[in-house]
Amino acid sequence: MSQTTYVPFEQALKVYEPVFGLETHVELGTKSKMWCGCSTDFGADANTQVCPVCLGLPGSMPVVNRVAVESTIRIGLALNCSIATWCRFARKNYFYPDMPKDYQISQYDEPLCFDGYLDVTVETPEGPQVVRVEIERVHMEEDTGKLTHAGGATGRIHGADYSLVDYNRAGIPLIEIVTKPVSGTGALAPAVARAYVSELRDVMRALGVSDVRMEEGSLRCDVNLSLNRPGEQWGTRSETKNVNSLRSVERAVRSEIERQASVLDLGDRVIQETRHFHEDTGRSTSGRSKEQAEDYRYFPEPDLVPVAPSDAWVEQLRSTMPEMPSVKRARLQAEWNINEFELASLVNAGALDLVEASIAAGVDSVAARKWWTGELLRVANDTGVELADLQVSPGQIREIEELIALGALNDKLARQVFEGIIHGEGDVASVIAARGLAVVSDDTALLAAIDQALSAQPDVADKIRSGKVQAAGAIVGAVMKSTKGQADAAKVRILLLERLGVSE
Amino acid sequence: MTEDLTRQSAAVLAAAIAAKEVSAQEVATAHLERIAAVDGVVHAFLHISSDSAMAQAKRVDEKIAAGTEVGPLAGVPLALKDVLAMHGEPTTAGSRILQGWKPPYDSTVVARLRAADIVILGKTNMDEFAMGSSTEHSAYGPTHNPWDLTRIPGGSGGGSAAALAAFEAPLAIGTDTGGSIRQPAAVTGTVGVKPTYGAVSRYGQIALASSLDQPGPCARSVLDTALLHAAIAGHDPMDSTSLNAAVPDVVAAARRADIRGMRIGVVKELSGDGYQAGVSQRYHEALSILEDLGATIIEVSCPHFEYALGAYYLILPSEASSNLARFDGMRYGLRTGDDGANSVEQVMSLTREQGFGPEVKRRIMLGTYALSSGYYEAYYGQAQKVRTLITSDFNAAFANVDVLVSPTAPTTAFKLGEKLDDPLAMYLNDVATIPVNLAGICAMSLPVGLAPEDQLPVGLQIMAPAMADERLYLAGGALEAALVDRWGHLLIEEVPSL
Repeated sequence: MSQTTYVPFEQALKVYEPVFGLETHVELGTKSKMWCGCSTDFGADANTQVCPVCLGLPGSMPVVNRVAVESTIRIGLALNCSIATWCRFARKNYFYPDMPKDYQISQYDEPLCFDGYLDVTVETPEGPQVVRVEIERVHMEEDTGKLTHAGGATGRIHGADYSLVDYNRAGIPLIEIVTKPVSGTGALAPAVARAYVSELRDVMRALGVSDVRMEEGSLRCDVNLSLNRPGEQWGTRSETKNVNSLRSVERAVRSEIERQASVLDLGDRVIQETRHFHEDTGRSTSGRSKEQAEDYRYFPEPDLVPVAPSDAWVEQLRSTMPEMPSVKRARLQAEWNINEFELASLVNAGALDLVEASIAAGVDSVAARKWWTGELLRVANDTGVELADLQVSPGQIREIEELIALGALNDKLARQVFEGIIHGEGDVASVIAARGLAVVSDDTALLAAIDQALSAQPDVADKIRSGKVQAAGAIVGAVMKSTKGQADAAKVRILLLERLGVSE
Repeated sequence: MTEDLTRQSAAVLAAAIAAKEVSAQEVATAHLERIAAVDGVVHAFLHISSDSAMAQAKRVDEKIAAGTEVGPLAGVPLALKDVLAMHGEPTTAGSRILQGWKPPYDSTVVARLRAADIVILGKTNMDEFAMGSSTEHSAYGPTHNPWDLTRIPGGSGGGSAAALAAFEAPLAIGTDTGGSIRQPAAVTGTVGVKPTYGAVSRYGQIALASSLDQPGPCARSVLDTALLHAAIAGHDPMDSTSLNAAVPDVVAAARRADIRGMRIGVVKELSGDGYQAGVSQRYHEALSILEDLGATIIEVSCPHFEYALGAYYLILPSEASSNLARFDGMRYGLRTGDDGANSVEQVMSLTREQGFGPEVKRRIMLGTYALSSGYYEAYYGQAQKVRTLITSDFNAAFANVDVLVSPTAPTTAFKLGEKLDDPLAMYLNDVATIPVNLAGICAMSLPVGLAPEDQLPVGLQIMAPAMADERLYLAGGALEAALVDRWGHLLIEEVPSL
């Protein structure tokens, strides 16, 4: 069924109530793969991080990565889950060339973690509102290889001239986090979905179990959604796959509400199906119908022994849990005495931990926030990288701040020092030396520059002498220009007025 | 050493090599020559690894010349079932679908054989993916029983057993999922042991049914079998299901061979009808010998064994259907129909259509069905319950006895082609061996004489609890010694010359 017109979101919400659920896959940041010792590094040449085990060669066998189990338990604990005392892996059987064994080792009816929740905060016109998203399960599985299809119009395996498989990703530990259905959020549904994924990402970062880079696919989302009229049973749900950014999560929920409302408004029924989300259009297209669902023939994986975490192990892991992001945000907001808006901008910029670390390194709290959400964020946005990847350390910010306090740097020069650091020109001292960025504090040199500026603009000089002190700005500007910004403007002004024998 | 080197036991050869009475290279050459002379009619081998065998023999000789310490089986030749991966050597599991595949890695069994300075002569024939009891399901043609070339050598490990019986190798490796070591041993007059599940690493064994598969030692005597068992057993971190426990001292048990005071259970359900007359006769003679040696014979009942075959033929095909999925023509082995017009699914389908034989297809279909949504509980689920009941039967029996015995197979070697078109008759060959795999315990088959009516070997099965593998060797060693006293030699000496 093709749809060109959708019922507008606000109108859809007047008639229907959305129920949604999210399935989130997170690639764990373990050094080695789930069943073998191969590296998990991203970006290596194709098929260079493989061995008989992750290639599924005949005779090879998996062995569970203990760190992956540990990470999963820690995730379960962070999401307030119960931890199974005994659970097994299961084989999910289906044929596809990106799967070396033609089955995926996953967990089926015995997940390692189950029955938890995650509280998320969304902004409403009435102020921030906390919504509890219940967690159904957290289970372990392995990633597949990556297919690249050459030729053909669709970018799919069908119609391609040929396809290439890279098994570097095969066997990387994945965890799947499945929410229970979230109902009653109404028009807030898209925001709640986004806030949940965002909060989940922060939890993963705080735990240090994954780098959760959505653009590299280390966090991927599927959105399940249905609509029903108030008081009626939940409707038929669709599953939208390939939702791979926070913005997409929000847009996918919104778009699917609009699409299903259009279907229902026409008196049609929603088909239970898989849909593919497209980042460019913000809409989804129909995939395969779940009504002819594949039978995965799950059965317990006989090559692996059950996972049976002891109470002692779980408690030991619980004792090493870091401060959760929501707790940390509340604490920092109070410590720094900032409002909700400032906090939100720090969080959205991904600057919270960096600011905290900078303060810990001795930077003043206001200055730390100024640099990370100002100049550094601008550079990060311009170059399309995460703040944390700028390679600027809290210690460098402290050094620069100290130099500013001493008058050896000004803001403009400091920005150039940061630029040098980001371009890999070395530490603070080397960048200053190499770029010659020290503030000119030599009076003789400054007076020479002032005299030159005065003789170039004699009419301005006359105005100042006649008492129009506000005209001094033009001369100071000229001096700053001739010293390439390396002078202290306040000092230039004082020297200039002295030179002309004028007082403020 | 002047006698025919191929007629010697592994223990004798190892001692002679260590004492420099004969070189490992001379021993290897003698066996390679024997293979060249007789394997044309036996067809025990799918691949002869002459170069790597001679290179390994040379290394052993150099070690011994240099005074370096070597293993107790150093320089002894061995025949390896083609289901175990060996670096750089063809490994087909008897299937067309793996024709030409050379693994880039060693199975743990092969790594341990190499570390024990054993010389691997080549890869032996087997039923395709170890599915069968006659070796007739090999994609590369059947193996012939050296006792009578018109008969089957058992299966799936018929190649390994026939290589021993044809004096092509004094040692062999088999794998046993439902009797694939023991039934071939029984019908070729050789010894074979299925160790406790997890005692020998499965890493590198091309899986049939992962929860049942177990590699194990094969030889012509109980002591040689024990020496090989000790060489390959032990914990392996590459196999999650590998037992992390000390290996029982099977060699000492084989040497002690004392069963005075041992309580031997006769399984009622495995001792009744359905056995060939000569099989029953030799079995009962063996029981009285065991009694004469000081053991007590006690009848025990294992009421759930009658469901074992049914449960086995649900669990095995289920696991096999999944284990064999990876043979899809995408990464290694055969690929059919890749002409640019066929889709990836069609290429997978055509490859599997052409690459798998009928028995493999039959079991994949059975297993796919048994695991299907809506049938899983009725088939796979029920079979697992039966499995638990069979384990309980064994536990109850072993509360009163030290080992259990039964005939290994219901008949002596049948004629090639006789049961090929009757899968159920073929499956019934394993009725006495299957319960052992379902329970994960250990068992041995050893020869107890020739059936009077056809002059073919009869095997006795000894079963012991999990991780009590040494009891097999105590009882087997004692019975073998008594039989050798009676006959003046091992039964295998009576095999007709080829």
